[in-house]
Amino acid sequence: MSALASIDSAPPRPLNGDDGSPGFGIYIHWPFCAAKCPYCDFNSHVRHRPVDQSRFVEAFLREMETMRGWTGPREVTSVFIGGGTPSLMQAGTVGALLEAVDRLWGLPDGIEITMEANPSSVDAGRFRGYRAAGVNRLSLGVQALNDADLKWLGRLHDTDEALKAIALARETFPRLSFDLIYARPGQTPEQWEAELRQAARHAADHMSLYQLTIEDGTPFKALYDAGKFEVPDPDRAADLFELTDAVTAEIGLPAYEVSNHAVPGSESRHNLTYWRYGDYAGIGPGAHGRFVGDGGKRVTITERHPESWAARVIEHGHGVVEEEALGAGAQGDELLLMGLRLVEGVDLARHEMLTGRALDTSRIAQLQEQGLLEPVANSRIRATLSGRLVLNALIAELAA
Amino acid sequence: MGAMTETPLKNIRNFSIVAHIDHGKSTLADRLIQMTGSLEEREMKEQVLDSMDIERERGITIKANTVRLEYDAKDGQHYVLNLIDTPGHVDFAYEVSRSLRACEGSLLVVDASQGVEAQTLANVYQAIDADHEIVTVLNKADLPAAEPDRVKEQIEEVIGLDASDALLISAKTGQGVEDVLEAIVTKLPPPKEGDRAAPLKAMLVDSWYDAYLGVIVLVRVIDGVMRKGQTIRMMGTDARYPVDRVGVLTPKLVVVPELGPGELGVFTASIKEVADTRVGDTITEDKKPTAAMLPGFKPAQPVVFCGLFPVDADDFEDLRSAIGKLRLNDASFSFEMETSAALGFGFRCGFLGLLHLEIIQERLSREFDLDLIATAPSVVYRMNMTDGSTTEMHNPADMPDVVKIASIEEPWIKATILTPDEYLGNILQLCQERRGIQTDLSYVGARAMVTYELPLNEVVFDFYDRLKSISKGYASFDYALHGYREGDLVKMQILVNEEPVDALSMLVHRAAAEKRGRLMCEKLKDLIPRHMFKIPIQAAIGGKVVARETISAMRKDVTAKCYGGDVSRKRKLLDKQKEGKKRMRQFGKVEIPQEAFIQVLKVGE
Repeated sequence: MSALASIDSAPPRPLNGDDGSPGFGIYIHWPFCAAKCPYCDFNSHVRHRPVDQSRFVEAFLREMETMRGWTGPREVTSVFIGGGTPSLMQAGTVGALLEAVDRLWGLPDGIEITMEANPSSVDAGRFRGYRAAGVNRLSLGVQALNDADLKWLGRLHDTDEALKAIALARETFPRLSFDLIYARPGQTPEQWEAELRQAARHAADHMSLYQLTIEDGTPFKALYDAGKFEVPDPDRAADLFELTDAVTAEIGLPAYEVSNHAVPGSESRHNLTYWRYGDYAGIGPGAHGRFVGDGGKRVTITERHPESWAARVIEHGHGVVEEEALGAGAQGDELLLMGLRLVEGVDLARHEMLTGRALDTSRIAQLQEQGLLEPVANSRIRATLSGRLVLNALIAELAA
Repeated sequence: MGAMTETPLKNIRNFSIVAHIDHGKSTLADRLIQMTGSLEEREMKEQVLDSMDIERERGITIKANTVRLEYDAKDGQHYVLNLIDTPGHVDFAYEVSRSLRACEGSLLVVDASQGVEAQTLANVYQAIDADHEIVTVLNKADLPAAEPDRVKEQIEEVIGLDASDALLISAKTGQGVEDVLEAIVTKLPPPKEGDRAAPLKAMLVDSWYDAYLGVIVLVRVIDGVMRKGQTIRMMGTDARYPVDRVGVLTPKLVVVPELGPGELGVFTASIKEVADTRVGDTITEDKKPTAAMLPGFKPAQPVVFCGLFPVDADDFEDLRSAIGKLRLNDASFSFEMETSAALGFGFRCGFLGLLHLEIIQERLSREFDLDLIATAPSVVYRMNMTDGSTTEMHNPADMPDVVKIASIEEPWIKATILTPDEYLGNILQLCQERRGIQTDLSYVGARAMVTYELPLNEVVFDFYDRLKSISKGYASFDYALHGYREGDLVKMQILVNEEPVDALSMLVHRAAAEKRGRLMCEKLKDLIPRHMFKIPIQAAIGGKVVARETISAMRKDVTAKCYGGDVSRKRKLLDKQKEGKKRMRQFGKVEIPQEAFIQVLKVGE
C-alpha cells in the first residue's frame, strides 16, 4: 500500500479490535496457584487439596449477575481471565465463565479474550480446550529463558518447557504474549540483550517485560532486606530499560506502555482499557472494578480470601468489601497515573473535563523543557522515554 | 501555718543549691521537701521543682523556682528554710546571679564519683561572689564508684573551698539528708537585719505565668514590708501595679498577710505578661519609694539569633500565637517577624544562648505541635561602617554591602572545659580548629581543666555535639561572654540550582570558609533527594564559588506493573507524595526537605 492510498482509506481495523476508545472490559480473577513465587504480591493462594471448581463457578456466576445489574447493559470490548494461575482451571470451567459473560453482557464477534497460563506441561495440555472454550489470546508466564534464573524465581518450569509451551500456544491461539522479568541480580546488559533477542525469535505479537520489583510482604523482600541478594541500582536499571526499549523497537515490537511491547495493532485491548482509564468490572476474589454507575465513577474491591469471598457471594450476591465513589480530583489523578504510562499519552481535554480545571501549563512547559514530557496530536501529551523512566516523580510533579 | 510571717529573722535561712546536671540537685530538693512535710505524699511527683516536661526530661532547671520549708531543728527551734532552685545552665547566668543575690548561703552538691564539673565551677564562683556561706554535700556517696576523699581533694584544689566537713549523703535513699537540714540551720547565716520601717525595697528574683493567677512574681524583701493593697512600682521599667495577693510557696501558694525584710515570697498584681517584669529589678512602694535601686540590674540580652519558619506556610498564624504564649512565660527571648525569600513568613528570634534556643524550639514543637524549620543560628555582629557608624547585625541576610563595611566585630567567649586526660588531645584540636586561644591548662588528678577564648560563632554550630562525641560524653563545658573582637569574616552563601538559599547563609571566618563550604555542599548532596534533573550545589563568597557538588538526576522511578487492581494503591501513594511535598520547601525548581536545614548545620568531622 502506498503512503498516499492510506490517507484516503480508513485504517484497517486492527487485530485487537481497538477503535481508540477507552472501552469496557470484564476481568475475572482465578486466585489459585500450584506454588507461590517468591517475588509475587498478587492475590494468589495455594491449596493442598483439589479446589472444587464447580463451587467457585457458581460463585463467579452469581457475582457476575450482580455486577451486570450494577453496570447495566454495556458493550464489552475485552475479557481477561487472570490470576493466580487460570491455567489450573478445567477447560469446562473457562467455558462456563465465558458463556456467562456472553449471556449477561454479550460477547461481540472477534473481541479479545485473554487468559493467563503457566508454561508447565500439565497446563499446556489444556491449551486446546481453552481455545475451544473461546479464548483467543494467551498470556504465558515465561519470566526467563535461563534455567538457573527460573529456579531462583521459584518457577515450576524450565527453559525447554517454556519454549515448547510457546510453540504450542502459537499453534493454538491467534494471539500470544509472554512475560519476562529482567534486572535480575547480577544480570549484565549483554546477558539481558542476548536473552531478550532469543525470546524475540519465539515471540508472536506481544511481550510484557517487567523489571524485577521487590514487593512488600514477599519472600524476596525478606531476603533482600537481609542482604541475601542485590538488584541493579537505579542507574543500571535505567540502562537496562533503555536497552529494552531500543531492542524491542528494532525487532518490531516497540513499547506501547512502560513494560509492554507489541506489534502495532496487537496491543492488549484489555489492558489498554485500564491505561486509558476506561471502565471494567472486576469479578472474583480480590478483584477491582471501576465503572460508571449511580451517576459517578465507582470502585469495587472484593474480599481477597477465596473461600471467604465465595461464602460472601452466596450470602450477598457479591463479594465486594470496599466501595468508593471517586471524586473529580481522584479521577483526574487516576487518569494521569494510568494514561501517562502509554506511549500514546493522555488527553488533557479529558483531564480537564473530569476535574473541571486545567493542569498547570507552566509545570507542563517546565517538564517539556526538561525533556520529560512532549506534546502529541491535539490536546494530548505523553511522557518521553526519559519521562517514563521517572514516571512516579513526573506524575507527582504534574498532579501536585 | 498562721505563724509564718512571725518567724524571727534569726530563724530564717535563704539558700540555693549549686550543682552540675545529673549530680542530684532536684532529687535532693525533692527529699528536703518530703522530709520537712511540705507536700503530702500523694502530691509528690518526682522532681517537684522541675515542673516543665523538658526540665524533667533533661534533668535541668530552666526557670528558677522556690519552696518554703518548715523545719524543727535539733536545737528545739522552728525554722523557715527558703530554697531557691536556680537554673543550672550558663545561658541563664544572669538569672542565676539574681537568684543567688536573694540568698545568704548555698549547698554545693557534687556527685561523689563524678567530681567537679565545668558548670559547678561557674555557679559556685557566682555564689562565692555573692558572699555565700557554702555547705559542701557529696551526693551518691552510697554508690560503689564513689570516691569521696578524691572528690574532697578536688574541691579544695579546684575551687579552694574547705571540704573537710563535707556531708556524705544519698539524696535517692534519703541517707544523710537530715544532716543537710541541720547544716543549713547551723552553718548558713540568717538574712541581714533589714529595716521594717524603711520604704519597701525588694528584688525581683523571677516571675512566671500561671493560667489562673496571671503573672506570679518571686521577690526577696530587703527593707520595708510588702502587703496586699499596696501600689508598687518596678523601678527599672517604671510600671505601677496594685498588689492583690502576697504569699509564700510551700511549693503550693499560701497567702500570708505580709512579707518583711529578709523574707522570700511571691505576689500577684494583675500583671499581664512576664515580659512586664525584669529579673533583678527593684520593687518599691509607689507613694513611699526607696532612694536607690539595687545594683546589678540589667535587662535580658539575646546572644544567639535564628529564624523560625513553619514547615507548612499555612501554620504561620499558629506559630505566631505559640510564640506569643511562650513569651508570656519567658521574657528572655525576643522575636520579630521575618520574611525569607525561600521560607516565606516566620520570626527572627533571639535567645540567651544555645540551650535556650533548643529549649524554645523543642517547646514549640512539643507543646504546640508545630513543625518548624530553624535557620542557621547567628550571633550578634557589630558592623563598623566606613561612614563611622556602627550597626548590630542579627541576620546574615541583612548584611550590608561589603564596600560600606570598614570592619566586623564578633562576640567571643571564655570557655572552661573539664575532661578526663585521655580526651584532652582531641578537645585541644577541636578548640584550635574553632580559632580558639588557649589561656590556661591545669590538672586535677587525672582530669584536665582547660580554658579557651573562642569566637561564639564557632560554638553556635555543633561545638557541643562534637565535644560530647569526642569525649564520649565525659567532658563538661561552660562559658561566659568575653567581649567583642574584630574578625576577618565573610558572608558565605549556599546556592542550590543557582538560587541562593538565604536560610543557609552565614558569616564565617575567611580562613575556614572554603572548608565549611565544602562540608555543607557535601552534606546537602546527601540530604536533598535526587530530582528529575541534575542540581548543582555551590558555596560562594561574594561572587566567587568556593565549593561545588552536583546531585545527579534521578534516572529511574517507575512502577513496573500497573493494571486495574493497582490504581487505588497508586493513587494513595500519589496522595502520600503530595503530602510529602508539603514538608519540602521549594527553591526555584528544587524541593529541599525540612530536615536538611537542621542536619546540614551538624557538620560533624
